[in-house]
Amino acid sequence: MSNATQAVVCRDLRKRYVTRGQAPVDALVGLELTAESGECLGLLGPNGAGKTTTIEILEGLLEPTSGEVEVLGMRWGVDDEALRQRIGISLQETRLADKLTVAETLRLFRSFYHRGNDPMETLDVVQLAEKRHARLDTLSGGQKQRLAVACALVGEPELLFLDEPTTGLDPQSRRDVWDIVRRHKERGRTTLLTTHYMDEAERLCDRVAVVDRGKVIAVGSPAELIQRIGGEHVIDFAVQNSHGPVPGVEAFGDLPSVRDCRLDSDGFRLTVGAPHECIPALVARLSVHRLELTRLTTRHVSLEDVFVNLTGRRLTAEELADKGP
Amino acid sequence: MKRYSPNWELFLCRMRMFYREPEAIFWTYGFPVLLTIGLGVAFRTKPPDKVQVAIEGARVLSDIRRTLEDDPAFQTFVGSAAQCEAWIRKGEAAVAIVYGEGIEYHADPTRPEAALARLKVDEAIQRAAGRSDAVGIKSVEVTARGARYIDFLIPGLVGMNLMGGGLWGIGFVTVDMRIRKLLKRLVATPMRKRDFFLSLIGSRMVFTVPEMLLLLLTGWMLFRVAIEGSWLAIAVVAGVGALSFAGLGLFLASRARKIETISGLMNAVMLPMWIFSGIFFSSKRFPDVLQPFIQALPLTQLNNALRAVITDGASLASQGVPLLILAAYGLVSFVLALRYFRWT
Ligand SMILES: Nc1ncnc2c1ncn2[C@@H]1O[C@H](COP(=O)(O)OP(=O)(O)OP(=O)(O)O)[C@@H](O)[C@H]1O
Ligand SMILES: [Mg+2]
Repeated sequence: MSNATQAVVCRDLRKRYVTRGQAPVDALVGLELTAESGECLGLLGPNGAGKTTTIEILEGLLEPTSGEVEVLGMRWGVDDEALRQRIGISLQETRLADKLTVAETLRLFRSFYHRGNDPMETLDVVQLAEKRHARLDTLSGGQKQRLAVACALVGEPELLFLDEPTTGLDPQSRRDVWDIVRRHKERGRTTLLTTHYMDEAERLCDRVAVVDRGKVIAVGSPAELIQRIGGEHVIDFAVQNSHGPVPGVEAFGDLPSVRDCRLDSDGFRLTVGAPHECIPALVARLSVHRLELTRLTTRHVSLEDVFVNLTGRRLTAEELADKGP
Repeated sequence: MKRYSPNWELFLCRMRMFYREPEAIFWTYGFPVLLTIGLGVAFRTKPPDKVQVAIEGARVLSDIRRTLEDDPAFQTFVGSAAQCEAWIRKGEAAVAIVYGEGIEYHADPTRPEAALARLKVDEAIQRAAGRSDAVGIKSVEVTARGARYIDFLIPGLVGMNLMGGGLWGIGFVTVDMRIRKLLKRLVATPMRKRDFFLSLIGSRMVFTVPEMLLLLLTGWMLFRVAIEGSWLAIAVVAGVGALSFAGLGLFLASRARKIETISGLMNAVMLPMWIFSGIFFSSKRFPDVLQPFIQALPLTQLNNALRAVITDGASLASQGVPLLILAAYGLVSFVLALRYFRWT
């Protein structure tokens, strides 16, 4: 049943961490995931959602409690040696040997693979060429992160796993990592990465799987996910009333093309289909109520809205479920 | 395409990690040498002490005085009779020669060295005056080669170093790599686990060579500690010892996830050997009931074998039993380490 067009398949993946003297933790509860060959799939989710657990099971570093895992059409425990030759990994947290230089470290990793890239060329790709003689304990956090990515790339992997590759990086370094991933993708290769950054998922990933509490709760291209919440634009505004109280959300819910209206931290957030219809009506409504507009911005719906929407909704659903029979 | 040897790269990296760590260099090479020098100086063998004799500065005693002054076995003080008495009282001289009603020896009988000093002084004086022995006996001085404390100490320190180096050099480094998740990162590559262990142990073996040479050379240059056995025998014994402790170090480090855990384990294993295995004093000093336990310690066997080849010049063949015991320790702990090794 191996399918060459799917780089990663997991079905009903469950993982329970059992620590002596502590209640067991169910990190994954029936996670389903498929990564098509050649795509960049992002796992997006809050802290503790189970992203690292998932990716480490896929990397063959953790045993799932139950469930099926197929990587590049092969299975852990059967084809380990072949799998290790064909995947590249960057862990969420690794401190490589401080006293080695960048070039020495990369050479070491290169030596484990039958075929792969020239370490020097790989350093060029991650823009660490001029640091090649620097010891690791003299590198900045971002440079270390790029070296970790280089170590993942040096074996010319078909499938690249990156666990939070850009956490803690400055905007330029993040873009550098994105370029590396794009280049990998251009060669028809697959990437599975985890991230907390919406913009990263939106710009880099062909598809995003939103993970929450050990499950994938939504999967699709960023555009699909955004479309799914309805409306394409968000109007954020705040008002003040010198003569009386500020009205509640119900005062704006009936404006043209409004799909959703909520109170935000210091104002209102409208999700709308057609801002050119909504905004004039909104302004007219404000003058009727003799409200003064103190802030108004419009933007496209972002993945963040999807994320807040999804994880928020799920939370209530689960709470309801808890109370049910 | 360029070929890369994972064995060689792993080995090189391990070597670099070691020699770029100044503290590791000091504790492996500097400290043992300093310890050797310190102990060697503290316990160096001194020539026999001179006998301190006070002599009254009287003309009748001048012949005696000259005899004693010419004899290197005596240190003489010359003064008045009253001064001589004072020197005796203060313990600055063991015996005084004064002229009272003839020549008199004055000594404090409660002082242990007084009787011997009196005899030696008398012997020298009588012999100078022409007394000869009734029975002719030749006295031969015996200072056996390799019988000094430093001769005993150096092989013990070599053994102690092989133990410390093996346990710390392997165990500590392994746990540190586990804490850094470097082990996890490595096992996520196609690296063969065997290559990793071989590089760890191989590099440790290389580090022992300068370690041994430094200690033996320090002993020889500063204290003339002779090396009686063949270099081959010494190298083989040290090599097997180093392997044995490297295996033990790997075993102790196979599960530990904290530096505290590994430090505790190491100390618990090393402490009995520091005491019982004959580093600083012979393990024969312990009661017979303890001997089976003491002989079963790997360092006891290593120290015995090292002393045999270094000090007594024993052949390699005669050291089969200790070598076998050491090899067994190494092999068993290595196999257990591989079985229980934790990569994550
Ligand atoms: N070794 C472990 N022992 C016990 N519980 C664990 C262990 N590792 C992870 N967990 C728990 O499993 C859950 C999922 O953890 P995981 O590391 O997969 O989350 P994550 O999505 O990667 O989070 P983050 O974004 O913070 O990296 C968490 O509740 C975590 O506390
Ligand atoms: Mg994580």
